[in-house]
Amino acid sequence: MSFLILGNATNPLAARRAFLGKSGLMLSGTAVALLAGNDALAAQSGKSQDSDVRVLNSALGAELEAIAAYQVGAESGLLQKPVLDLAVTFQGHHKEHADLLAKTIAKLGGKAVSAKDKYVFPVETLKTQADVLRFAAGLEKGAVSAYLGAVPLFGNKDLAKAAASILGDEAMHWAILRNALGEAPVPSAFMS
Amino acid sequence: MHWPLTHPQALLLPLVVALASLPGAAGAATAIPGDAKAGEAIYARCAACHSLAQDRTGPRHCGVIGRRAGSVPGFAYSDAMKRSKLVWNVKTLDRFLQNPMRVIPGTAMGYAGITDKQERADLIAYLSHANQSAACRP
Repeated sequence: MSFLILGNATNPLAARRAFLGKSGLMLSGTAVALLAGNDALAAQSGKSQDSDVRVLNSALGAELEAIAAYQVGAESGLLQKPVLDLAVTFQGHHKEHADLLAKTIAKLGGKAVSAKDKYVFPVETLKTQADVLRFAAGLEKGAVSAYLGAVPLFGNKDLAKAAASILGDEAMHWAILRNALGEAPVPSAFMS
Repeated sequence: MHWPLTHPQALLLPLVVALASLPGAAGAATAIPGDAKAGEAIYARCAACHSLAQDRTGPRHCGVIGRRAGSVPGFAYSDAMKRSKLVWNVKTLDRFLQNPMRVIPGTAMGYAGITDKQERADLIAYLSHANQSAACRP
């Protein structure tokens, strides 16, 4: 199975650790500054705010489901150790996204959606590590498309920028999962 | 989510034909032909929130053609969706997918829409074909 091939690193595991360390820090710092730490959001009002809250809640719902999906993958017993670490790391990113989205919704005066009591995933189709990775890759690609479809909707440009920041993170997840599956990590120049 | 389409020529069925026998197909005559295979790839964009057979962040899509909007039992729709009185057919799906938040202000589907009409036609063709796939059989 191919995995991360980054720069001059010859040890995939070391390269993965280096990449994850950098990307995790980048997202967290940027997103916190853009969303929860931005008091100007609280001054936003009216229809635009209501619409932004709805869009954020849609994103939050998907993030919460992604967290649950990665939990299913992590507990499946199908993931070998390096990949398991990767899945848990990605799940951690989604938790950060969800936490930030919920805080931002609250800052805007909205009510954040909660995680469902139960999610239904196609577990009967997950027989191998590759099945789990493919399932996760599909969710990540969908997440990229969902954020891409959300960015133009925000009345507040800071929210759009923050959504784009999350989009970037999830695109990296998708690319790495594809690479782990032996597929071209970045199959095209544009996302849709 | 994969379903067999063994005859390539079948993938370019005019949408009118694809939906002619389905309930709620009013408006099909105005649609452009859709390619279900291309629509399957476009459907991947929906995967963060939707699947064919399960309710997720968004409702399931099995049976969507001919279904009244906001009517999947047990799914927590927005009030706007429940009040929309839309029935999903080629015409209404095409309008909604172009700009969901304009067609149903207040919808929880925070998505800008698909501006390319051929992509919308392909996606709708996929949804109609998928409804006859194993994933949508009880």
